[in-house]
Amino acid sequence: MVVIIDYNVGNLMSVQNAFKRIGVEAVVSRDHEMIRQAKGIVLPGVGTFSVAMENLQEFDLIDILNERKEAGIPILGICLGMQILFEKGYEIRPTNGLGFLHGEVKLMEVDDKIPHMGWNELVFNQEHPLLQNIQEKDYVYFVHSYAALPVENELIAYAEYGGKHITALAAKDNVMGCQFHPEKSGAVGKKILLAFKEMII
Amino acid sequence: MLAKRIIPCLDIKDGKVVKGVNFVGLKDVGDPIEIAKRYDEQCADEVVFLDITATYENRDIIKDLIQRGASELSIPLTVGGGIRTIDDFRMILSSGADKVSVNSAAIKNPQLIKEASDEFGVQCVVVAIDAKQREDKSGYDVYIAGGRINTGLDLIEWVKQCEALGAGEILLTSMDKDGTRDGFDIDMLNAVIDVVSIPVIASGGCGGKEDIVEAFEKTNCDAALAASLFHYGEATIDEVKELCKEHHIPVRRNN
Repeated sequence: MVVIIDYNVGNLMSVQNAFKRIGVEAVVSRDHEMIRQAKGIVLPGVGTFSVAMENLQEFDLIDILNERKEAGIPILGICLGMQILFEKGYEIRPTNGLGFLHGEVKLMEVDDKIPHMGWNELVFNQEHPLLQNIQEKDYVYFVHSYAALPVENELIAYAEYGGKHITALAAKDNVMGCQFHPEKSGAVGKKILLAFKEMII
Repeated sequence: MLAKRIIPCLDIKDGKVVKGVNFVGLKDVGDPIEIAKRYDEQCADEVVFLDITATYENRDIIKDLIQRGASELSIPLTVGGGIRTIDDFRMILSSGADKVSVNSAAIKNPQLIKEASDEFGVQCVVVAIDAKQREDKSGYDVYIAGGRINTGLDLIEWVKQCEALGAGEILLTSMDKDGTRDGFDIDMLNAVIDVVSIPVIASGGCGGKEDIVEAFEKTNCDAALAASLFHYGEATIDEVKELCKEHHIPVRRNN
């Protein structure tokens, strides 16, 4: 069972249904006991970094996420849920993130339109189990204005946009985050979630 | 590089597509979800549901439809038609749609664009515009009510205003070309793309897959929207993308 963390940051139904489609029971919850039972944790999110962190605090979720991270439970952040895995964000105001991944989240400085919205190709930076079912240059769906700047050894894949490398997938040990939306990324997104499924069974 | 998007649009009335689609093996030819799922399988990059039900009294039907769409589709869903207030945005987005397309209400109350983009983010605010060339060919006027009422607004001024207010995308339909099936309005698209830096979706006039290639080759539009081309099975989305690929237009393909 996967728990999709419920912290009032947008609609979680499409994430839940994407797991359903690959035969994974996914529960939307903020209940600590439920989270402790989960074999995998998904941190979704649409909105702003500072609001997301405030909500995590308000719902008393930061300690439990730290505990589960230390327990080695696979954690997958999606979009804003990926960004708050990092140490610090600058959306609206500088805000500390969870710090599970190393680096900061800043407004993209690109020679192109912001938000970076649409289907873009993944370029692999290093091997990772989440990439096992897909190929380089596969397209995934992005919608974001801020981007993570991870340390080099935590950068798994990126997209090329506006003359820059935009972090698409970052990971360290059992913590993983994708900037794109696997639940909206057609067959490729499904393959990425299937790879996550393999980690939790 | 970002892929150019191919977007099928479904006209929906009372929860059913206006003209049934006879895809092979489709159980309910009028069910928007069944049809949208086919498009998803064919590698559509996004699906638009345009609710043409005259009133918005029957919200439960569209709400249920969006919820089903969000649960069964693996690509983004845009919903438009009859949106009047910020509450309509909220209902549509909380039901699971990714974007909301607004047309007349934005003209009557431009602040709606700003309110919606402030609250939900620019990425989910699509401003749909129906425009027609003025008789003296001095430019284009913006129309509402399905093209029946000329607002007197100048297209170029209006798109600039939309962008400034926080529109995330422009869905531009040419009234001159809509229904003609002789290709997109290249001149109008270029006139708009020249003055805004947000994505522009070409709409109106698509009669064949070559028209989509033409729009991508002759303008810098980000996406092309078509309805009848796909509904009547004259071309599949795969076939359109195949032709785009031959023309070196970046598109997402099934693998």
